[in-house]
Amino acid sequence: MDFFNDHRKLFLTATGLFFFLTFWVAIMPAIRNQNDNLPLPNAAQLTAEELAGKAVYVSHGCVACHTQQVRNIDMDKPFGKRPSVAADYAGNGRTDFWRNTATLMGTGRIGPDLTNIGNRQPSAEWNLLHLYQPRAVVKESVMPAYPFLFQVKQQVETGDVEINVPDEFRPAGPGKIVATKEARQLIAYLQALKQTELENPAVVPAFLYKREIKAADVPAGSTSEPGLDGVALYASNCQSCHQANGEGLKGAFPALKGSPIVLDDNPELLIDVIMNGYDPRPEFAAMPAVGKNSNLSAAEITAIINHERTSWGNKAREVPAAEVQQILDLLKKTASN
Amino acid sequence: MYLHSQLPPPFFNKYTSQLLLILFLYGFTPTRLYAQNGSEQAGLFSQPGILITIFLILIPLLAAILYLVVKANNVYYYLKSRKQAEEATRFAAYLKTLDAATLAQLQQEKYNLQYLNKPGQLTGNLPVWDEKGLLANINEHANIRFIETKRKALKRPNIDPALSRLIIWFLVTATFWLVFGTTIGEYLGIKLVAPDLDHASWLSFGRLRPVHTNAVFWGWSSLAMLGLGYYVVPRVGNVQIASLKLGWWTLYLVNASVVLGSLALMAGINNGGGEYREYIWPIQLLFALGLVLTLVNFLRTVARRTTKEIYVSNWYIVAAVIFAITIGVVAYVPNWQNGMGETIIQGYYMHQGVGMWFMLFTLGLVYYFLPQQLNKPIYSYSLGILAFWSQIFFYTLIGTHHFVFSAIPWSLQTVAIVGSAGMAIPVVSGTTNFLMTFRGSWHKVSGSYTLPFFIIGIIFYFTGSLQGTAEAFRYTNRLWHFTDFTIAHSHLTMYGIIAFFLWGGIYAIVPRLTAQEPPQLTVGIHFWMAFIGLMFYSIPLMLGGTLRGLLWLEGKPFIDSVVLMAPYWLWRAIGGSLMWVAHLIFAFNMYKMLVTHKKTRINGVAPERPEIPDYELVKMQ
Repeated sequence: MDFFNDHRKLFLTATGLFFFLTFWVAIMPAIRNQNDNLPLPNAAQLTAEELAGKAVYVSHGCVACHTQQVRNIDMDKPFGKRPSVAADYAGNGRTDFWRNTATLMGTGRIGPDLTNIGNRQPSAEWNLLHLYQPRAVVKESVMPAYPFLFQVKQQVETGDVEINVPDEFRPAGPGKIVATKEARQLIAYLQALKQTELENPAVVPAFLYKREIKAADVPAGSTSEPGLDGVALYASNCQSCHQANGEGLKGAFPALKGSPIVLDDNPELLIDVIMNGYDPRPEFAAMPAVGKNSNLSAAEITAIINHERTSWGNKAREVPAAEVQQILDLLKKTASN
Repeated sequence: MYLHSQLPPPFFNKYTSQLLLILFLYGFTPTRLYAQNGSEQAGLFSQPGILITIFLILIPLLAAILYLVVKANNVYYYLKSRKQAEEATRFAAYLKTLDAATLAQLQQEKYNLQYLNKPGQLTGNLPVWDEKGLLANINEHANIRFIETKRKALKRPNIDPALSRLIIWFLVTATFWLVFGTTIGEYLGIKLVAPDLDHASWLSFGRLRPVHTNAVFWGWSSLAMLGLGYYVVPRVGNVQIASLKLGWWTLYLVNASVVLGSLALMAGINNGGGEYREYIWPIQLLFALGLVLTLVNFLRTVARRTTKEIYVSNWYIVAAVIFAITIGVVAYVPNWQNGMGETIIQGYYMHQGVGMWFMLFTLGLVYYFLPQQLNKPIYSYSLGILAFWSQIFFYTLIGTHHFVFSAIPWSLQTVAIVGSAGMAIPVVSGTTNFLMTFRGSWHKVSGSYTLPFFIIGIIFYFTGSLQGTAEAFRYTNRLWHFTDFTIAHSHLTMYGIIAFFLWGGIYAIVPRLTAQEPPQLTVGIHFWMAFIGLMFYSIPLMLGGTLRGLLWLEGKPFIDSVVLMAPYWLWRAIGGSLMWVAHLIFAFNMYKMLVTHKKTRINGVAPERPEIPDYELVKMQ
């Protein structure tokens, strides 16, 4: 191997091979993807405040635990209505002179994906309290608390956003807990994280590897559709505010246990609230349009409301899926009128 | 018998195989997996990724089976010896039938056969005189040995003290970053169990995580590699290093980069979120400049070598430095970083950083240290060369396997998966080469305190690397990606392979540079705590990660999967603590190897003091 006894030839050959491969698997595809994709025409640009919030997100290293990519596999469905496509990220350019582009796709999910969190959890009150102390709203959470993004003030001034923290998580002493500018910006950014609708449904990529549901999984006599677990759906969609015990959080999220709306023999208002949101009472946070945002089907809503109507001591009749479908159709009609 | 008793330290066979068996059965018992998940049960065992993982787990089990075979063999010999005893009885009965003359003749023959020289009969009473200094390393033990005495480092031709000093400073700063980086890692592990431990922005999880990863990457691993590289590169070319000054500048620049980088990350200044690319460019530039200086230095050293061929170590080491600089440039040049371009580059960067910098450089070190510690040439030079070229060819392709099912083009994902499978070639040829070099020398392991580190490194080089291949397949990627399985994998490789090889190398050369051996007890404790700690760290994370992935596949609420992980995170913190204590002990060993004790070398000093007139010979104990 005399050829390789010359260090120039040896290292030039190795470097050449590496350069060649690097060009073909990294640089060339990167340039092609950068040039071939434009942001979606109806994608919302981040406002100055949301951009500042993104900088807070980057600075605190949220990407260590939260991804922002919905993969085209069925298991990622809870995180978005459709798989992410390259155009979703096309709007990201270099942050500034010092910092690289932040697509924030992430490589680990210690916490949930946030691609569509602005639709999945739009409530500012919930987000601020959760940021101040995640365990105040989600008992089992392992997310860090960010009390340093809040101030304790004796007097709430105009423009301040006060949060209502349960006593066990408040610092000792009097005062009101108020979000700093950074906290408000961060929440504005999270609220802006919404998947853009694709105008042409034909180009929406499919979720692969659909989960098969076996008939054996369905308990006998169940009114809900096979494979739908009301408890799990409740946990995914409702629990972070109304809590696992259905009691809500005092001063923030109302109880479902004993709630007249939940127990009403006619489930119309209940389904309306789930689909379209609700904000009649100033002492509680506004309820987002969970059903619409998460694209809940009639079967899924049936499973959720029947869980709510028969748990924690609630004893209302179980609603059949057909009736829910009927109400949904009615709601759609009134909305379009 | 041969393989079983000599191959890895006995712990690996007995303990690990049992532990893995338990975990294996636990993870795959029908009640856990099949009951809730009808659709996956047929698929799970037909998935190549799963099958490879099971095969890797089976390796220790096979060792256990080998052990059983040996035991069965023993039973066979026991039965055989009983038969022989019966034969002896019959023979005795036969002897009784012989007459007196025959017996006397047999007695005489027996006496002749058993004749022994009396002491001194052939040598006389002359004192022992080892004129040519042939006897060395004489160990006399008066007491019961609790710790097996290991071979001391052989006296070698002296190394230029100036180079020694440079190497030692590389290794000392590396040790500092190891302790610093893993203290942070340990704290992060505890935070997953107790998230409200502190509420300081500089210590919050998202900021500390990159501090940990970057400090152990650029601080510990890179500095230790460079330090050992400065020993190996001139040595295998049989020349002096071209420039000490460039070496010192590399040391300053790399350390400055990690100091500034850690502070910046804690202050919330980072590059935007790509893993291992968190240092902003002015800080990472310091690191790259350090590498450029070292590259110039290494190339000049190789150019003026006095050997004809370039030893394969230098192929790996110099190529690794060239590639690391290339990767850094590709990762930080802004022209192809918009939108999805950033992600494609990120996949390339994070994996080439691991495979083309850490792995390639460390393999180069192993090609020097393993033959040196075994005192025999590497088994096959050609296998080393095959591994070199196939590593470059396949490894470069696999970056985007971190983004399977993402918005990256499907074709690129497929190339990455194919490349991951191709990695079997360099890994198998490298492992074969190392193990065949060991062949016939396994007995040296029990007498050496460096070789066990190399053995663990080789085992994880094989299992850890192929595990990476298994993770890249599409089914296993759905199951394991985004879970803690990935974290376990990165520790099995960056720690099990890289750190163990580096420790082996450090324990091999520092005693030669300073003429001071570390206490063998603490080297042993370091080895075992690091190894057991790594097992406690990674096995629960792999198990928990798998179960978490299954929950996600079943569409269960996300928070359920957080609750599920709690016990596994606790075990990881426990394993992490063991590893962390091992690093403190390693730092202590470094101290013992470096700091000269105030002990007068009587033989050395006495001849220099002829001015002392009267003296009395003190009887030494």
